[in-house]
Amino acid sequence: MKELFVCNEGDIAEGGRKVVAEDGVEIGVFRVGGAIVAWRNHCPHQGGPVCQGRTMKRVEERLTDSKQSLGIHYVEGSLNVVCPWHGYEFDVRTGRHVGHDAMKLASVAVKNRDGAIYVVVS
Amino acid sequence: MAQDASPKKPPAELPIITARTDSRDLLAKARQQAIQRGLDKYFIVDVDAHIGEGSCWPDVLKYIENPATREAAFSFGDGTGQNAFLNDTPGLQWQSAHGRITHGAGLKEPATDKTVPRPVDLSRKCMDMLGLDAQVFFPNGLLFLGMHPVPEMEIELSLAYNRWIVEEILPHEPRMKAMLYLPFNTPAAAEETVKRFRGAKGVVGFLITSTRHIPVHSNQYMRLYSMLEESGLPLGFHAHHNWHSDYTRQLNRFLSMHALSFTFSNMVHLTNWVINGLPERFPKLKVMWIESGLAWLAFLAQRLDNEYLMRVSEAPLLKKLPSDYIREMYYTLQPLETSNMKLTEATFDVIKADTQLLYASDWPHWDFDVPARLFDLPFLDDNARRNILGLNAAKVFGMEVPAKYRNEG
Ligand code: FES
Repeated sequence: MKELFVCNEGDIAEGGRKVVAEDGVEIGVFRVGGAIVAWRNHCPHQGGPVCQGRTMKRVEERLTDSKQSLGIHYVEGSLNVVCPWHGYEFDVRTGRHVGHDAMKLASVAVKNRDGAIYVVVS
Repeated sequence: MAQDASPKKPPAELPIITARTDSRDLLAKARQQAIQRGLDKYFIVDVDAHIGEGSCWPDVLKYIENPATREAAFSFGDGTGQNAFLNDTPGLQWQSAHGRITHGAGLKEPATDKTVPRPVDLSRKCMDMLGLDAQVFFPNGLLFLGMHPVPEMEIELSLAYNRWIVEEILPHEPRMKAMLYLPFNTPAAAEETVKRFRGAKGVVGFLITSTRHIPVHSNQYMRLYSMLEESGLPLGFHAHHNWHSDYTRQLNRFLSMHALSFTFSNMVHLTNWVINGLPERFPKLKVMWIESGLAWLAFLAQRLDNEYLMRVSEAPLLKKLPSDYIREMYYTLQPLETSNMKLTEATFDVIKADTQLLYASDWPHWDFDVPARLFDLPFLDDNARRNILGLNAAKVFGMEVPAKYRNEG
């Protein structure tokens, strides 16, 4: 186990990220809702560079009270990262595929030491 | 727990992928997989790639042999000829999943090697990253041509395209191969295409785009099939979608239309092919079904067997079950469906995958498959994997397998 310095806290804006590589390990470090979270840059689908893909709001299909569709709309406050290889889409907060809960990115522990962000790599 | 020796020195940062990202960055992980899996020890042939010709379309148009059509083509695109005469439907523009899959709308990266045509540059980068020994490429723009409202356009554009590939692309890179477009709506023109291009360097077969409406068992095609059988070159049916049929128009998402339409076109053609006894009429003709994935085959084999046994009088040319013919034809892998591994395994069994299945990437489309996928199938032994990745293709296309791979097995 080793702690790897990523950047200073202020270097990642809300909704932003850094994807770093060290000794063959690649990690995406995101700030969402004020918190810093980190995921392995390895998509559970075909191993694509998931953390390097687009970040976007989640979408939802809104319905009227009588279950009629109102079309597809963004969910305000949400943040997904989309794997650039084939579009698997993960909630940045939970690391879970937004359409298939059981599929999840591998999480990486984050340490904040006096405003310096470290990730724990094995 | 050890802390980094130089705690304030940040590690290397990886780029965010955009539409203009170099494909070597986009596919960097495929290269890592190739190293981890030892893929460079496998002979790998990618039977279906669509390295972009979009920006090269004006170059293709120069090969139109009819001057009236050629000059007319350059009245399109503000005089550039861009997209001239193509009957592309908006479907292809949906491939990026609304901007989520940036390469899905076509590779936009700057050229790395400007001394070769762009498709050669892009194909080389892909082959190097995926660890491919050969890549068979096919144009995006022609995938709809079988539905062109102006019948002669299929003939004139496909001839231009075939010439462009043979004369301008293949000579640059021996690893690039092509299955050439047959203007199937006009059988005489399709026969002429076979006569003209069989034996051309790098041409490994001929291909029919499946989005079209003339039955493959029509008598008018028998001479063409005979010629192909005699040539020893395979005939591929390349699936594509059609969002404009009475059925698919009801599907309100690209996802739904793509899932059904890509399989439906080949289902119709394969059913006609088998039930009308074409495998009995042309027993040596190698037939390949491309880009429909595999899941449809388990369904179709069992469904046709079931009906055939009750209505054998309607298919008197058959000497065995439809599923027996199905397991004698060839299939490309992509897009490989694996959400239920038991079904995937059964499907591999139905089509006798160890000898009949060929790896295809479909790069750079949104649902491409990397070769490493073959290592994630727990039921597959290394022999079958080696066959699917390249040795089956070598047999079908008559490619020489370099000695370094032959010693591995
Ligand atoms: S590898 Fe990430 S979506 Fe396929």
